[in-house]
Amino acid sequence: SAIFCEIREEKKHHNDKGVRSLSLAGHVGFDSLPDQLVNKSICQGFCFNILCIGETGIGKSTLMDTLFNTNFENFESSHFEPQVKLRAQTYDLQESNVRLRLTVVNTVGFGDQMNKQESYQPVVDYIDRQFESYLQEELKIKRSLHNYHDSRVHACLYFISPSGHSLKSLDLVTMKKLDSKVNIIPVIAKADTISKSELHKFKIKIMSELVSNGVQIYQFPLDDETVAKVNTTMNGHLPFAVVGSTEEVAVGNKMVKARQYPWGVVQVENENHCDFVKLREMLICVNMEDLREQTHTRHYELYRRCKLEELGFKDTDSECKPVSLQQTYEAKRQEFLVELQKREDEMRQMFVQRVKDKEAELKEAERELQSRFEQLKRLHAEEKAALEEKKRLLDDDLSSFGKRKAAAQLLQAQSLTANGKKDKDRKK
Amino acid sequence: STAFVQWVGEKTPISDTSYVGIDAILEQMRRKAMKQGFEFNVMVVGQSGLGKSTLMNTLFKSKVSRKSVQPNVEERIPKTVEIKSVSHDVEEKGVRMKLTVIDTPGFGDQINNENCWQPIMKFINDQYESYLQEEININRKKRIPDSRVHCCIYFIPPTGHCLRPLDVEFMRHLSKVVNIVPVIAKADTLTLEERDSFKKTIREELRANGIDVYPQKEFDEDAEDRMINDKIREMTPFAVVGSDQEYQVNGKRILGRKTKWGTIEVENIAHCEFAYLRDLLIRTHMQNIKDITCSIHYETYRVRRLNESNILFTSNPPDHPAVQPKANGQPEEQPATPQPNGVAAQHEALSHEM
Repeated sequence: SAIFCEIREEKKHHNDKGVRSLSLAGHVGFDSLPDQLVNKSICQGFCFNILCIGETGIGKSTLMDTLFNTNFENFESSHFEPQVKLRAQTYDLQESNVRLRLTVVNTVGFGDQMNKQESYQPVVDYIDRQFESYLQEELKIKRSLHNYHDSRVHACLYFISPSGHSLKSLDLVTMKKLDSKVNIIPVIAKADTISKSELHKFKIKIMSELVSNGVQIYQFPLDDETVAKVNTTMNGHLPFAVVGSTEEVAVGNKMVKARQYPWGVVQVENENHCDFVKLREMLICVNMEDLREQTHTRHYELYRRCKLEELGFKDTDSECKPVSLQQTYEAKRQEFLVELQKREDEMRQMFVQRVKDKEAELKEAERELQSRFEQLKRLHAEEKAALEEKKRLLDDDLSSFGKRKAAAQLLQAQSLTANGKKDKDRKK
Repeated sequence: STAFVQWVGEKTPISDTSYVGIDAILEQMRRKAMKQGFEFNVMVVGQSGLGKSTLMNTLFKSKVSRKSVQPNVEERIPKTVEIKSVSHDVEEKGVRMKLTVIDTPGFGDQINNENCWQPIMKFINDQYESYLQEEININRKKRIPDSRVHCCIYFIPPTGHCLRPLDVEFMRHLSKVVNIVPVIAKADTLTLEERDSFKKTIREELRANGIDVYPQKEFDEDAEDRMINDKIREMTPFAVVGSDQEYQVNGKRILGRKTKWGTIEVENIAHCEFAYLRDLLIRTHMQNIKDITCSIHYETYRVRRLNESNILFTSNPPDHPAVQPKANGQPEEQPATPQPNGVAAQHEALSHEM
């Protein structure tokens, strides 16, 4: 037989938003939500984009190969590039059930030019172009954001030359231009060329220079208590002194990634030798998602806000009443149409004027031609008259000559017959 | 461009020398989600007396319904459809969720129920609207508060015959803007045979009227999805019984309804399909329900809204006051192509700048 039981009394209390907190009387099952979310992401795959900035030959490609355990297509770049260029390559990687679409962007020719004033510009332009592309997609009417291949730069590894002294001015200028656009993680490249004590001083110098120049590098996040401790420790080790290598050397009975020198073997994954493992931990294992999130919620939002404000959009008008985007748009559109109309009218007027001018010109030319024609005609007539006169005179001459000729012939004939008669008379 | 997938490594018990750590991102995601918490907004629609409040309380194992929040208010049937929202913070094994239950008292209770779906449609579209407004702000919140209705549970009275015109009208209009999960309420009045034949009739009528309820066939992502969802579609609508009272049956405490002829065990799938509904709504498909709302229903609204306001602005001279688009959001025939200058304001401005 069934026994009737009362349902337990729940504790109800209001939280600060006025939304009540309820406790559940049994297992409902929405604790599977994080799993549902993760499963969806596994199906979709992930996207991660790293930008490597550093001088030619500093080891950017080698470090990427080492980090991701693959041989990416690498080109040895020349030192004679006239301008800084960026080369982006995308790869599909997989580890366990996670598919990652990784894009590695390398600077080409960075630091090689005599005049490095504009060196940072291609990098800034590249980062902005990716933001622009995303913004365009976001603003489309028919958009597909979840299918969109996100090319925005999530992490920027800035490779510092292992001089052991301080940052170069190119480094400071470049990082300053980038710190509000991308998460910067500075690394000291080819760290096996610096001794431990020099390294320690070098790191301190670099960090203090960054601080005094107001460069905001990426801080590993401290808000989640699961990872706050390790992130705090790692923040203190920045910048990471890294060594990259895909060559394997036998150490003991294991093959490890290392660089072999006559005086010893530098082991990449040995934390006493360099900070490679720390970099991998921070960049990939612990904070990859945060890097993506910061890019989207901070850097991209800043870009978007600036871009839209540049174009004249506001959220409130001069009286601080909310202005709908459509109102702003309509106002702008009217402005634009008025401007367009004005320009059209101007052009039309200009055209009409030109036609008039040309017409006048042509009329003038016509008149000129006409008067010249008249003149020629007159000249012609005059000449003709003159010629006629001459002809008449000639004719007169001719006729009078003819007459004289006839008279002379007659005389001749008469004289001949007269002479002939005389001769006849003699003979008789 | 990529030619092939490169395996970088795997964490095996034997050696992790080639381990990169990419799969650690899953744990990072999980941490982030736990920290942020989740939101879920579910609407219940049906005539009064069909057990909507009880079912909600049963689903979430606590007094989440509006009636439970205001137990002393005299229940009277409103003269028009009202929309009443109640939110609760709930937590289970470290996962926090803000659950909002939206009640629609007065639906189907009037003498003349023509257009009683309209206030509901308006409410749903208003939530899309406020999300859209926040999204297009210049200074927008890091996390836009999501009040969009993720799921609408529609209660069909257990007549055993067929759908009523009101049911068809409602689902026909609303299935285009929100995920509808139809359920047969108070299913303990139907025998198993009656239930099966009723379900079959309902499914046929839905098909005949072109009504797509959740999970919609056209949004199945792949073959695996389709297989799982086909099984659910074959069982739609779920025949449910709700209860917030526990009884002792065979030494176990279970939720049920006690009658003279037996105790109906709510979570026993031999008795009713409550467990299937709970699994669908909460344990397996909750994230997917939210995704469909976000990437399909909301986007559809957004497209329509952006096109609409462009049409309005091209036809109204600037000195007319800005006209609000039709509030009932009745899906109108869309122009086949967007207006020549009819693109989103900011997109237009950007293209001009280019």
